[in-house]
Amino acid sequence: MRKSVSGRGSGKILSGERDSAAGRGANASPEETGLPGLYIHIPFCLRKCGYCSFYSVTDLTQIPAFLEALRREIAFCRFDGTTFDTLYIGGGTPSVLAAAQLQGLLADIRSAFTLTPDAEITVEANPADINGGLLTALRDSGVNRLNIGVQSLDDGLLAFLERRHERSQALFAVADARAAGFDHIGLDLIHGVPGQTLASWFATLREAIALNPDHLSCYQLTLEDGTPLAERCRRGEAVLPDEALQSDFFLRTSEMLEDSGYIHYEVSNFARPGAESRHNRKYWRHTPYIGLGPAAHSFSGRERRWNRRSLDAYLRDLAAGRRPVEASELLTEEQLRLEALFLGFRTRRGIHLEQFKSRYGQDLLAEKAEILKKLTEEGLVEIRDGFLRPTRTGMAVADSLALI
Amino acid sequence: MINSSEKRPYLMDNIRNFSIIAHIDHGKSTLADRLIQYAGVVDDRNFQDQILDNMDIERERGITIKSQAISLPYRGKDGSAYTLNLIDTPGHVDFTYEVSRSLASCEGVLLLIDAAQGVQAQTLANLYLAMEHDLAVIPVINKIDLPSADVERVIEQIDSELGLDPDTHLKCSAKEGTGIEEILEAIIERIPPPKGDPEAPLAALIFDAKYDSFRGTVIHCRIFAGTVKAGDIIRLVYNNATYRVEEVGHFLLQRQKRESLSAGDVGYIIAGVKTVSDVRTGDTITLENRPCAKPLPGFKEVKPVVFASIYPIASDDYENLADSLDKFKLNDASFIYEKDSSAALGQGFRCGFLGLLHLDIVQERLEREYDLSIILSVPSVRYRFTLKDGTVIFVDNPAHYPEPMSIIKSEEPYIRAAMMLPERYLGAVMKLCMEKRGVNSTLNYPNPGRAELSYEMPLAEVIFDFYDRFKSVTQGYGSFDYDLIDYRESSLALLDILVNGEKVDALSQIVHRERARARGLQACERLKEEIPRQMFKIAIQGAIGGEIISRSTISAFRKDVIAKCYGGDITRKRKLLEKQKKGKKRMKMIGNVSIPQSAFLAVLKSDTE
Repeated sequence: MRKSVSGRGSGKILSGERDSAAGRGANASPEETGLPGLYIHIPFCLRKCGYCSFYSVTDLTQIPAFLEALRREIAFCRFDGTTFDTLYIGGGTPSVLAAAQLQGLLADIRSAFTLTPDAEITVEANPADINGGLLTALRDSGVNRLNIGVQSLDDGLLAFLERRHERSQALFAVADARAAGFDHIGLDLIHGVPGQTLASWFATLREAIALNPDHLSCYQLTLEDGTPLAERCRRGEAVLPDEALQSDFFLRTSEMLEDSGYIHYEVSNFARPGAESRHNRKYWRHTPYIGLGPAAHSFSGRERRWNRRSLDAYLRDLAAGRRPVEASELLTEEQLRLEALFLGFRTRRGIHLEQFKSRYGQDLLAEKAEILKKLTEEGLVEIRDGFLRPTRTGMAVADSLALI
Repeated sequence: MINSSEKRPYLMDNIRNFSIIAHIDHGKSTLADRLIQYAGVVDDRNFQDQILDNMDIERERGITIKSQAISLPYRGKDGSAYTLNLIDTPGHVDFTYEVSRSLASCEGVLLLIDAAQGVQAQTLANLYLAMEHDLAVIPVINKIDLPSADVERVIEQIDSELGLDPDTHLKCSAKEGTGIEEILEAIIERIPPPKGDPEAPLAALIFDAKYDSFRGTVIHCRIFAGTVKAGDIIRLVYNNATYRVEEVGHFLLQRQKRESLSAGDVGYIIAGVKTVSDVRTGDTITLENRPCAKPLPGFKEVKPVVFASIYPIASDDYENLADSLDKFKLNDASFIYEKDSSAALGQGFRCGFLGLLHLDIVQERLEREYDLSIILSVPSVRYRFTLKDGTVIFVDNPAHYPEPMSIIKSEEPYIRAAMMLPERYLGAVMKLCMEKRGVNSTLNYPNPGRAELSYEMPLAEVIFDFYDRFKSVTQGYGSFDYDLIDYRESSLALLDILVNGEKVDALSQIVHRERARARGLQACERLKEEIPRQMFKIAIQGAIGGEIISRSTISAFRKDVIAKCYGGDITRKRKLLEKQKKGKKRMKMIGNVSIPQSAFLAVLKSDTE
């Protein structure tokens, strides 16, 4: 694994800012490269699912225009020497692109940026889109992680969530992916859905485990403003499980997965040892990343920036020769500290107390002694090997932990 | 309109001293504005609405806290030049004494009634007060411009509900400025001029005092006898303090110097008085070398009756709090304070207030005008204890509650409450007073349908939510005033509150023993409602002398985290956290429990509808 000697991402990141304090990410660990990650947002779906608030459109005729604009955006961000060690293609539904389009996209990226030889390259796909042709194209382009949006293995629930695939397709998709040579397969699942019982959820989970993915993201359903599901709940047509049940879903999921050899390494993410998402890890450790495509977010280590949350505006800006940036914020030390705190509490690894103290000047152990003692007594956090980390029950209330 | 620089004789015959009284929102301030405008004191360009209501807080609550006065020069239809002195009055039972001193400075009132709403509770209550002072009453029906105005009905009410001659009414729309001249003429005609001998020994009634950072204390007064001018040596009868008069004058929009003030005048005296606490509302000012024989009647020493401690939420705000209290006191004589400290809340100040409204207002002003985040402890009255060794001590701070073994006698202050209400509410009110340990009631009917009820009650029972409940059961029509009478023996106990096993001294209360369990339950229930859930269970207990007498539990929340936290979510999540942190700043962390300010006051609220 290539290590950056100076501990900084080499070259320029995000319009030429050179930031000495950032680069490695305040929460980064020694074994990490500290190199930035690259994210591409494919804003297309065949159909919108009722619960989702990620940005996408359903007019697939715009894909070529999008890809053209994306090339222009890549050109803006192209810096000689910037090396990335993760690439994540998400959306929307990346798999609605044709195999050739995905290959073309990956080729464009490789020619514009430098990826390390062992870079983690992830693509998200819908079970209904997965077939031999697509899989081969992805493998040939060097994609080494496939994230499949299974969500559920219960057809009734899939209908409630307005997914366009059935359980059988998900099962075939996993089998096909293995056959195509993907060693790293991740499945996305959703629990805490109105009407879903613990029993039906655990049945799905057990089946998913049996498929032997090396990564599982188990998301508790969250109502997002403006989604059809949120509207239905507001009208009383659907009711989310109460807090006690939500807690049950969360804790018992963690138990079952850890008993099956997965590590609960982030609130919603589980992986076999060594199979954690290196790309997502960057978000939680203040490692810089660049996001391309509509609505994509970037972080320089000090500044956050995000693109237009509209395909039209994205296309317009790039056609006019402008970066498609919607807005940005330059973070203060206090804001970075707060982020480091809440992001740290979301991961099992937790917060490195010494690093936190030297980076932000706050000695958590000393300043928050009383509350930490109480939280330890209550079994919500533990302090081990210099890390302040949440326990399983602590992760369930991670957002409140950050308010200490 | 008159040019206000015109020289005008201040003949007593041409002076009228009056006030405007009304139910809340019936247009008192707007009418005052119109009278001021019409009299030419202000021209339209400089006009600022409702200039008499200086403070935002007053405006918001629709109540006037401090008396203000303004002299309106007016040329009557008869061609003579008059001086109409308008004295504004505060309007809440916590400040009834101030109201009465302002009214005592007048000869008449305009009783304002909203044409759409008609006679309301405070219309009546204020009328009673005016009648007690033998003032001339001019009923004025306001807001006749409203589509819902029903003037005929109000005229009828003036007769049937107020017992006044309906033919004496006037109509106006303060908003549109109609009927104003008629009102001014009526003031001249129907409110008698003041009486008094300008040559007699000086007797001036203090009805207000304000602090001016350049001139010191400005005393607002009504001269009843004699004359005062710059250079005179005056004496304040209450404490015999003497001062040299620097300046006298009256009020237009700003103060205006005059050569002298004489019997019949309303104006101000500046005499090197350092703070407003050196001056007492209702006191008499006389001349040192020629004092009046008797002080003016009606003086009452206004004493604080409710005590609470104020703490800064952040301990490094202590200095700011100290400075702000200093400044605050400059203009509020009835507010007293001294250093205090609490194990739970740190360094603070023990403060005395005239009542709960006063406390409320002080708190709000400190937070708003001085930008302080403060916590008040549970308010208390002042008790009296006789100890075994013979010493008698006064205690209002639960932290100073004496060792129970050493107490021979405990006493609490009693008040006599004087209430006036329509007969139909008698049953409910009597029930309320009995609930508050009321005794020795008297009842009479000064007018058919109107009941005058009095009860002796412990001040502690009254100070907290009695007024609100009284207003509620009388639907606003009852009026309530009280006087301290004496201390009476009472069985007391100290109720402590423990949060997760830790005693929170700021939540302690001194209670009547028989009510202790009920109060303990109440406190635990209220705290359960006020304290937000936290990551761990919170056990709240009420205890007397180590024995737990009540408890409640706030369960821990077990799930709060959002599922996804990738690139775009981080900003959103952080902003939410920043907002939550701000909210937390307004709470005090005791042990590991965040307790909002509202909890300390909520503890006193009883289980009402």
